[in-house]
Amino acid sequence: MNYHWDWGIFFKSTGVGSEIYLNWFVSGLGWTIAVALAGWIIALALGSVLGVMRTLPGKLLPAIATAYVELFRNVPLLVQLFIWYFLVPDLLPTPLEMWFKQGISPATSAYLSVVVCLGLFTAARVCEQVRTGIQALPRGQNNAALAMGFSTAQTYRFVLLPQAFRIIIPPLTSEFLNIFKNSSVASLIGLMELLAQTKQVAEFSANIFEAFTLATLIYFVLNMSLMGFMSWVEKRVRIPGMMGGSK
Amino acid sequence: MSAMISINNVSKWYGDFQVLTDCTTGVKKGEVVVVCGPSGSGKSTLIKCVNALEPFQKGEIIVDGISVGDPKTDLPKLRSRVGMVFQHFELFPHLSITENLAIAQVKVLGRSQEEARDKGLKLLDRVGLKAHAHKFPGQLSGGQQQRVAIARALAMDPIAMLFDEPTSALDPEMINEVLDVMTELAQEGMTMMCVTHEMGFARRVAHRVIFMDKGAIVEDCDKDAFFGDINARSERARQFLSKILQH
Repeated sequence: MNYHWDWGIFFKSTGVGSEIYLNWFVSGLGWTIAVALAGWIIALALGSVLGVMRTLPGKLLPAIATAYVELFRNVPLLVQLFIWYFLVPDLLPTPLEMWFKQGISPATSAYLSVVVCLGLFTAARVCEQVRTGIQALPRGQNNAALAMGFSTAQTYRFVLLPQAFRIIIPPLTSEFLNIFKNSSVASLIGLMELLAQTKQVAEFSANIFEAFTLATLIYFVLNMSLMGFMSWVEKRVRIPGMMGGSK
Repeated sequence: MSAMISINNVSKWYGDFQVLTDCTTGVKKGEVVVVCGPSGSGKSTLIKCVNALEPFQKGEIIVDGISVGDPKTDLPKLRSRVGMVFQHFELFPHLSITENLAIAQVKVLGRSQEEARDKGLKLLDRVGLKAHAHKFPGQLSGGQQQRVAIARALAMDPIAMLFDEPTSALDPEMINEVLDVMTELAQEGMTMMCVTHEMGFARRVAHRVIFMDKGAIVEDCDKDAFFGDINARSERARQFLSKILQH
């Protein structure tokens, strides 16, 4: 292989303004984090509501939540993104459509699409984690809470959810990392997040190996830090006397 | 003495399977009634119908003048006035003992944190566990957890207490510490309905004994008649007693 290695490339000028290539990576990382965190907020909030709905008595609410999960889990993420970005805006009321297509910058419209897409997609997965967490609790906990006079809402708020969320921290961590990794699909609708910036660096500099090595390293360190953060959370909320907590 | 709990012609089905058949009985104010019978005879189901943890399809149950089966009844309010103790304790594992005792007082009865805390500690002292107030349920033995569970129910100032096999999940050594608390409670005049196999407790403490088999009430008589005049008992009750009284 006749390849000219140059690890100093990251500090060289891009020729665009006064930026060096490292600036592009930093900017890409910023977008990646902005997409993933905003998507995660939607996923966690909506997923929790749906997960609770799936465990409620009655038929209608669990059926709605189940239909949601099946729909969003069984369509590829990329297809969903194209639908949100290319199709949904055309279905909006005209003023909203004009705002999306002309009123905001292309970066902002791509950002909104990918945040909504990742948030709703991941919500389906969070829903399943929350549901299994609640169903893993002994049935007697629900009865005990009701017997004390708690309403259904209070039973979930004070008894079931605090326990369920503790149980599902490990699988939730995995979803949390997934949303960061999945955010790379945004590069396909022109959002200059980490992957898109990496490709741009590779094309501008022709140093494709260095560019992708650094990108790999950034994704790796980012996800390792998130994992560290989540295990810190897990330790902090651990209950003495159970589930690996100290006696 | 007026009836605190009256159960009239209650029947219940799971699908086609009838679990309760025309059960009629009652518990007067200050009375201690023991419900016994073989596994699957419906005793736990019956006691859970009293505070509507289990729905029933036919008949009526009146607790302190309020119909449990009436759709207009405020069930959380009714349940907050009836204490219940479960086979598996069902303390809330993510809350400290102090919080377990206080949470329903605060969230359901609207008491202040301090008031709830003081009341909880007083009751904890009464069941001999004041030194464990700061611990979590998982750090206590089964017997200790069940005594806390009794204290937690008493903290709501219940008009009656329901016990659903309170000693069945305990090591033999720990059964007495729980029965002692229950005996003391009975002597103070608490209205109690206890599903239990502890015939010694029934003999010493109960006023009346109900014997159930296959979802029906087979015997409902005075404690002295139940244990004393064994030949006047039904065949099924005699069989049960001969097995259970051998040890």
